[in-house]
Amino acid sequence: MLHAIGSHTLSIVHGLGDFTVFTARSFQAVLGSRRLMRRVIRAAFEQGVRCLPVIVIVGMFTGLVLGLQGYYVLSRFGSESLLGALVSLSLVRELGPVLAALMLVGQAGSALAAELGIQRNSEQIAALDTMGVNSLGYLVTPRLLASLLIYPMQTALFVTVGLWGGSLSGSLLLGLQPGVYWSAVERAVGSADVRECFIKAATFGLLTVALCCYHGFNSHRNRGASGARGVSASTTRAVVQSSILVLTADYVITSFLV
Amino acid sequence: MPDDLQTPLLQVQGVHKRFGENVVLAGVDLEVVRGSVVTVLGRSGTGKSVFLKCLAGIERPDAGSIRFDGHPLDADTPQARAEFRRRCGFLFQSNALFDSLTALENVGLPLEQTTNLSDSEIRKRSLEALRLIELDQHAERYPSQLSGGMQKRLALARAIVTQPELVLFDEPTAGLDPLRRNAVFMMISKYQRQFGFTAVIVTHDVTEALVASDRVALLDQGVMHFQGTPAEFIASKDHVVTSFRDSAAALGTTLAALRSGADIHSED
Repeated sequence: MLHAIGSHTLSIVHGLGDFTVFTARSFQAVLGSRRLMRRVIRAAFEQGVRCLPVIVIVGMFTGLVLGLQGYYVLSRFGSESLLGALVSLSLVRELGPVLAALMLVGQAGSALAAELGIQRNSEQIAALDTMGVNSLGYLVTPRLLASLLIYPMQTALFVTVGLWGGSLSGSLLLGLQPGVYWSAVERAVGSADVRECFIKAATFGLLTVALCCYHGFNSHRNRGASGARGVSASTTRAVVQSSILVLTADYVITSFLV
Repeated sequence: MPDDLQTPLLQVQGVHKRFGENVVLAGVDLEVVRGSVVTVLGRSGTGKSVFLKCLAGIERPDAGSIRFDGHPLDADTPQARAEFRRRCGFLFQSNALFDSLTALENVGLPLEQTTNLSDSEIRKRSLEALRLIELDQHAERYPSQLSGGMQKRLALARAIVTQPELVLFDEPTAGLDPLRRNAVFMMISKYQRQFGFTAVIVTHDVTEALVASDRVALLDQGVMHFQGTPAEFIASKDHVVTSFRDSAAALGTTLAALRSGADIHSED
């Protein structure tokens, strides 16, 4: 029993160390990387444009639900005029960065892990190594850099669409004056809230993209699962661990920034 | 025989490699002279591909030394590795082409990532490489849109576009029919003469290897059991060599006997 716990703990520590080295080496590869910008742009397109529909849809419905729930709760206390503040602070501080990151993990992160896993399986990564190309610099670095740009942008879009969703349910459906809603938004959200939102978004982006890349890149190391099953296992692990990581990191960042 | 054919480009001494309890290479020695074609033969599972990956630096030997142009690869400095990889091409058994890149982009990738050439120069050189292997008409196609033989040629074009001195071929004819096998070996011979690179080919196709090679080595039980010219390989009376060499002929005899309805007994 004690041996099993110790062995499992060592395995986790080893995995964390390996992940940290992987991420550090990926950033270090910026130095010797050629034609990096065009690959960053391609990665930004993959993470950004492809995920737009899901960000817009989820953002809209999150705002609609927040508006609806918030209006009925606030109306009990006669404070419907604070709906804008409730929706905006919920979205900017917590729901925007967290839900956008979870959507991006589901859409872009899983695709990323599967793509790298297949490239590992079909020896494309080994081919890069034999060509003298830094495979981390070619495959992982551009995606990490793109995540630092795209996650905050997608989060900003999510929050904006969510605010309009809240306005839609509060003003159009439940009769709150749009001016009351938007002035409450303006009064409630300060620069510190926006800063917290972007810090969270960039951190979630970096952590989840690094984790998805790590699992895809090392899919050949899966114990007991190789080939297509190994890629599948890596992709699942990448999505599950990234989702947990987003929520854990959210708590840690919030506890420091609040 | 040109003088530089006598200069060893690659010297392998006592290379050992094991995976867990499984000893794959148990002291492999090999010398490859510049400008020659050396074929490493061996049954499936004897560690030929592992040996080639040790030469390419994909696998790290547990012991032994590999020298390229007199410099030890196991010195393992990033500069030494980069220098070796710049001078060495590798053709994978699976071709390892980038399926999301076109034929032209696949060939241009090593130039794009390892040189400071301009985009126009890279395109020019990539198209020239494709033209040499008669694939310039398919430059904008993706690997999945090409036949197996075309993919093999494309992989070769990518391996030689940086004009390496050494090209390593891992089972270049695996899974191909006899006609295509023959065509691939002819292609290797043709381009080896054209570009003058040194080639190490790992295969189990005896006949084609004997025709295309300057020297033949037989890997068996983790060591090079035989090294010599194709003529010496054919003349060898060694039991391991003869059993490997004559396996194709034995299969022909067995098939002929089957067709005539005779009883077949395994020698085992």
